[in-house]
Order: sequence, then C-alpha cells, then structure tokens
Amino acid sequence: MPTHTFILNGDQVSVDCDDDVRLLWVLRDLLGVTGPKYGCALDVCKACTSHINGKAFNPCSVRVSDIQPADEITTIEGLPATVGADLHPMQRAWLDFDVAQCGYCQPGQIMAAVALVEQVAAEGRTITDADLDTLRNICRCGTYPRIREAIKAGAQSM
Amino acid sequence: MAEQRGPLPGLPGRRRFLGYLVAAPTLAVAVDWTSGLTAAPEARASVPTLPQPEQIFDLGDMQDLAASPTSGLITVVVGSDGTASFAVPRAEVGQGMTTAMAMMVAEELDLPLAQVTITLADARPELLFNQMTGGSNSMRSMYTPVRTAAAIARQQLIAAAAAQWGVSAAQVTTADGVLTGPAGQTATYGQLAAAAAATSATAVTVTLKPPSSFTILGTAQTRIDAADIVTGRKRFTMDLQVTGALPAMVARPPTINGTVVSVNNEAAVLAMPGVTDVAVLPHGVAIRAATFGQCIDAIQVINVTWGAGTADGQSDASVEATLRASLPPLAPAPPLSSSVTGSFFFAFNSNTPLEPDCAIANVTASSAEIWAPLKTPIVAQSQIAAALGLPAGAVTVHVTQGGGSFGRHLFHDAALEAALASQAMGKPVKLCWSRTDTFRQGRTHPMCISQVRASYLLGNVVAYQQLHTSVQTDFGHGLGDVVTATAAELPVTGLALSQTIFDLTQSSPYNFGVTSQSLNEVSLGFNTGSMRNIYSPNVVCAQELIVDRLAGAMGQDPVRFRLAFLQDSRMLAVLNAAAAAGPWGRPMPAGTAQGIAVHSEYQAAIAVLAEIDCTAATVNRTVANGVTGPRVTRVIVVVDPGFAINPRGLEAQMIGGVQDGIAMALTSSLHIAGGLPLEGSWDNYFYTREWNVPLDVQVIIMPATSDSPSGAGELGVAPAMAAVACAYARATGTMPTRFPINHDAALAFTPLPAEPSTPQSPTDGLSFTF
Repeated sequence: MPTHTFILNGDQVSVDCDDDVRLLWVLRDLLGVTGPKYGCALDVCKACTSHINGKAFNPCSVRVSDIQPADEITTIEGLPATVGADLHPMQRAWLDFDVAQCGYCQPGQIMAAVALVEQVAAEGRTITDADLDTLRNICRCGTYPRIREAIKAGAQSM
Repeated sequence: MAEQRGPLPGLPGRRRFLGYLVAAPTLAVAVDWTSGLTAAPEARASVPTLPQPEQIFDLGDMQDLAASPTSGLITVVVGSDGTASFAVPRAEVGQGMTTAMAMMVAEELDLPLAQVTITLADARPELLFNQMTGGSNSMRSMYTPVRTAAAIARQQLIAAAAAQWGVSAAQVTTADGVLTGPAGQTATYGQLAAAAAATSATAVTVTLKPPSSFTILGTAQTRIDAADIVTGRKRFTMDLQVTGALPAMVARPPTINGTVVSVNNEAAVLAMPGVTDVAVLPHGVAIRAATFGQCIDAIQVINVTWGAGTADGQSDASVEATLRASLPPLAPAPPLSSSVTGSFFFAFNSNTPLEPDCAIANVTASSAEIWAPLKTPIVAQSQIAAALGLPAGAVTVHVTQGGGSFGRHLFHDAALEAALASQAMGKPVKLCWSRTDTFRQGRTHPMCISQVRASYLLGNVVAYQQLHTSVQTDFGHGLGDVVTATAAELPVTGLALSQTIFDLTQSSPYNFGVTSQSLNEVSLGFNTGSMRNIYSPNVVCAQELIVDRLAGAMGQDPVRFRLAFLQDSRMLAVLNAAAAAGPWGRPMPAGTAQGIAVHSEYQAAIAVLAEIDCTAATVNRTVANGVTGPRVTRVIVVVDPGFAINPRGLEAQMIGGVQDGIAMALTSSLHIAGGLPLEGSWDNYFYTREWNVPLDVQVIIMPATSDSPSGAGELGVAPAMAAVACAYARATGTMPTRFPINHDAALAFTPLPAEPSTPQSPTDGLSFTF
C-alpha cells in the first residue's frame, strides 16, 4: 500500500492507504481529524471545507495521491495557528455573533469565510453582499444572516 | 413533581416546589416531572367562534399530561470541583436546549454559566413519556423541575455552610458559586458539596426566584457549546471513536423501501481494498470498510438483485391524483353569504438535516450498545431490542449531539440498521447514510392539498372551513414511550394519532364564525415523518393567502382586516408591532411587495412581515448548479414567546425558521418519479442558499407576557412561509396555489442515477480552490 505524506496543521504526516481514497476519509477515518464534516462527498455541501496552501478546497473530492509532500493542509483544528492565537479572528466573530446552531456546518463555513475574505482582500476590496452570495456552504439550520454579519465583522480584524 | 398549595409560614402565596435530596458522595438533588404540567390555558372569550381544541389543550399539554404519571427523577449534582451537572433526558440538535437548561441551573444556584455541565441522558425507560424531544415542548416541560432541583441544591449548600459556621441560614448569601457568611466567612460550592450531601433520601421544598430577581434567565447568552463548535471540537456521532467501529454504508435499492433478493458478487466486494464485511439488511446491503470512501467504492461495484419497494411506480402525478380522488367536498357557503375559496398543493419535502443519519452499534450475543442522536431514545431502545432478539434491558442507548434534526431524529432508522449490521457482522460498526440516501430513502414531509372556504356576509366572516388532505405522516414514535409508539404502529391507531396531533396543533386565530379545520390522510407507502412545524407551514400558508383574498373581497387592507378579526390580544400586539416596524404599506418598486402573516402555536404568538423582489433582474439571476428565482429581501419577525429564556437563542430559532419558510415557499421540494425521489444532493434539493438569503432580517421579541416560556423551535416556519407566499402574490398579482412555486418548472438539475444508490465522489476538487 502506498505511503502518502503531506503537512497537516503544521506537522508532517504520513499515511498508508490506496491512492484513490479521498483526502476527507484520510483525515477523518485514518488520522482522526474530525473537524472537516461529511455532508455529501459530492463537493456540494462544503461541510468539509479546509485549506490547501491557504486556499479553500473540499477534501471529499480530492484523491490523497493528488496531495504533494509539500502541500500544507489546514483544517479547522489548525486554523488558529495561522495567527498564533487561541482563536482566529473569524472564530472570534463566530462567537461574538453566536452564529452556530447545531454547529455541523460551521467548521466548513469558517474555513470558507477566511478564504473568501483573504481572496477579496487580495483584490484590494472589502467584502460585499455580492461576495457573500457566492458562498455555497449549506447551513440547514439557516444561520446565514448571522454568518454574513460575522464574516463582515471578522474581516475587520483579519 | 408535587406542588404544595396554600399559604406557608412567612411566604404567603408563594408556591413551594418539592424535590428530594439523594444519597450520594456529593450534593445531589432530584425532582420528578409533574410540575412541568403547564396549566391548561383558559378558553378565550372568542364570540362567536368557539375555541378549537388547540386553543384549550395543545400538543405540548398532551405531552405534559402524558408525563404526569412518571415517577422517574432527574438529578442535578454539585461536584467537589464546584460545578453543577445535569444529564438532561432530551436531544440537542441545534435548538439550544442545553444552553437554556444550563441557564436554569445557573440562575437558581447562583453559579456562573460556565460552571454548569449539561450532558444528554441515555435512554431511560423508567421516564415513560418523558424522554421525547419534539413539539417544541422541552422548555415548557422542564422549566420548573430543573429550576427546582437547582434551587434545592442552593438551599442545601446554604444549610451546610450555616451549620459549619454556626450561623443561621438567613445569614448566608450566595453569588458566583461562593457562599459568604456574616463574618466574612467564604466557601466555594465545591468545598461544601460533600458536606451538603444527604445520607438518605429526604423530601425538601423550596421556593423559586421571582422573575424580577433573574440575572441569567431572560438575558442573551451565547450557546454553551459555541467554542467547541468553532474550533471543531464538538463531537457528532460520526466523530466518536468506538473501538473497532469501522465505517459502514448501505447499498440501497432503486425504489423506496425495496428489498434484497440476492447479492450476486459478494466475494468480489469482500476482495476490494479496505472492505471487511458485507451483510444483508431489510432494505439494503451494508458494507463495512476501513474508510467511508471505500464503502462508497464498494457500492459502485456491488451487484444486487432487488425486490419491490413500497411505492414502486409512484410519481408526483400519481400521488397527487390519489390525493385529489380523496378530497372531501367543502361544505356549502351559508345562505346569502359570498365565499372565497382556494385549493393549495404542497409537494413532498425532505426533513434531512445536514448531518447524514449516522449511528454506532456494538452488538454482541447478549447485549447491544448504540450511539445516535435520538429524540425518542426509549422507543429506539425497545424496537432495536426487539429486532435483535434481546431484552430491552440488554440494549444501552446513548444519545449523541445531533447535527440538526427538523424531525428526522424522531425516528431511529440509521440506529436500527447499524444494530442489525453489527449483529450480522459480529463486529462494531459506525453506519452512516450517504447524502443521496438521506433524500431518497429518508423520511419526508408528505405531499398535501389544503382546501379552504371562507364565507362573508354584511361585513362579517361567518364561516371558515379548511380541509387538509395529505399523504399520511408517520407518528410511529408515539409520544416517545413504548405504549403509544406501539399503538401508533397499528394502522387505525396511527391515523387516529395523526388526527389527534393535527387537532392539537392547528387552530385558526381569527373570529371567522363557524370554524373547522380537519385532516384527511391517505396511506401510500412513503417514508414520512414530522418536519419542523409539522402541518402548520402548509395549513397557515393556505389560511393566510385566503385571508388576504378575503380582505380584498371585503375591500379592506390586509393588516387592518387581520386586526379586526384576530381573537387574541397577544396576536394583535405582534401584528401591530410588525406593521409598525415595516412599516406596512411603505412604497415598494414595481415587482416587489410586502406580505404579512400571523400564527399562534405552542402558546406563543408571532407575526412575520416579508418583502420580496420578483423583478426579472432578480428572478433571472444565474447561479451554477443552483436555483435563483425571487429573493426575499427583508424580513421582520415579531414574536411573543411568553417569557424568553434566552433571547439570543430565541432570535436564532426565528432566523432559522425564516430560512425554512423561504425554502418551502419558493425552492425546496422532492420530485417523485419511478418510486423514488429524484433529488440526491443539496444541489438538487434547494434549501435556502446564500444567494437567496434576505439581506435584512430583524427579530423583535415582545416584553414578557408570562412567567413561563412557550415553545419556539418550530414557531417561525409557518408564518414565514405564509408571509413570503402573500408577498409573492402581491408582487406578481397572482396568488400561488402550488408550492414551492418552482416545483412544476423544468427540473433544475440532472438527477443522479438510481443505481448505484450512492454516487462516486468527484476527484477534481483542486480545480475549485479559492
């Protein structure tokens, strides 16, 4: 069985598994990293949203063999480390606005929000409602209005 | 819980509540449940309309009454670390129940909220009817018992401190988990938790704080699990590590509830990477593997000969035709009166939460252990035991945190499958439905048709009749206990129970003369169940559209008309507040409009004002793999919850209810074809998405009108759906009669194939990074 290696939340990890196994299952079932949630494994619901080299992606739809040794994978568990604090400003905003209800989608929501804010900032803009409309993450509890408030507030602190 | 009435020394008129000190190493206080019995509200002076059943005795009261004979106790424990803990016999699925319970304990104990730990109790059959989470009943039934237990705990800590310091109890005060004596003595609750413990069971009474003394209850609090959620630490079933419980998924038939005739390539499947076991279940073949991905791989390969399902050949058209053939005739209008009539169609909806149905099971020859997010764990325990051939006492059922419910977790379908798979394989399993399973084989809110006739004469509405005809809703969980669950499984009783639940949840809030609302159900072999707010979204949507029509026919403004005919002062107040906040009637551009709706349920009152944009530019927006259509731009919710335990949590429930109502009115439905829903992902089943979220949602909570909370978890859905429908009618000039409004349009997606039942995951995820 092939060995796959990559950087996970700052640590180099290796895992033995078949090439085709999607990264989500490598993270959850083999490495025990359960912040990224299974919501569809179809790249639709976005509950597993994590970062690869600072960009948002969905590990349910990426083969582990497509991850390179130098790739930095960041899950919600590794997000605070990006700013050297207990909580990322976006997580703090999520608490300030008490965004979550059941919480199942929220790790993915936060990871997507951070990436979107960074993308918009890289374009020299501040985030708009039109930007927020592009987010595809499902929240079946319907917390969207608080998500939008929290992203706007979190962006101010990033 | 028993309540002592009558004057008590020094406390004339103050009610005292009874609890028990329980022998334990540290302070433990138990109460029983009967004080949760909410007083039946007085029949309202509504002349000439007689009160309907819901107004006298609603579903929550029925649950409360069912709970009365329970002798089982719930216990608050104060530990030597100074924290208080309480295992609540309810499910947490996002509604904020655990936070509210923690607030109740913290308030009466004078303990910081962070020092209260709320866990979810295992199935406790001795609690009989008292372990069901549904009907927006938890706050109503637990508000008094939980506070009583905490208040007695505080009283005992004070007594222990007084004894230790040689002072009177009246000289000891409490704050933030610390006791203080008259000479400045202090002790933490933890230091006295053992001294305050009882050595034998003792009955104790206590008075509760008056609301005017509250410092936590009634204040806005953040969820107690919020930090765990945002850091990814909150554990759902799929995140739990149970030794040996490898992933399992189920290959399923191409029609609803199809059966397994034969597995034709079991050896080939067992030879696949990671696969360890294959087991035939009643409606599918379970595959256990090292990863869920390898289960999905095996579902692509397995070859099964399937037997017939329970709805083979059924389609939207055939179900609707069956309903139409079953429609009872509306009563004729009273002599000389004029009528407004309507017939409203509502497609099937899915009640699936975001977390797919998931359960862990470890079944041995003599016992079973189950982990699942269950709202009726006693029923699950009993029925799983029966299926396994074990005594109920040999089955331990742990209630896990649920990633949403919306009615789905009233049943234990995944837990039963996990148990059967574990038994057949002789190994623990973590069984999860695929997303496609959740839509296609999971429970649905059934298709229904609501017919309404409202008749008016000389400025009065003299009759209102609503006939609701629906595919049967499965209430097989009964009231969460074994007796009514068993009764609900009998066909005749099941229909009687759903009729009872309809009668207990539905009522017209208007003085519309001779009023009747009735349910007529057709059993058709679909997997159904309650969806958040059960019948109300459909019934109220139809009602409020007709009320707008009536107002028009009688030449009145919709708000003024409602104000003239509403029966209840709380309803008038919320409607007035919503109309003022709008303000109702403000100028709106062409193609946009306001709609307003009211609702009363769970002893609460609510009004929703919605503004919708139906202009071409908005309707014709394009979103890849999504639907757009009209956008609700602004929503004002005014809610009178009696007493808001946690205004922040209440607001969250209203916000969520609004998104549900928008989806039910505009975008979300299941299309049935060939005995199976076509929807198989969230890009097929169009729950509200960011691009259709209102940019302005305002929730106004009315000042307390009661000392007790009403139910709120489901309250917002019906009036939000109705307000959106009314706004759409006004914006387009056409009253919608088929919901969601896009249901009859060409499918906005290409259906996933019926087989394999779970599609393979994509591999191009790195093409869509941002």
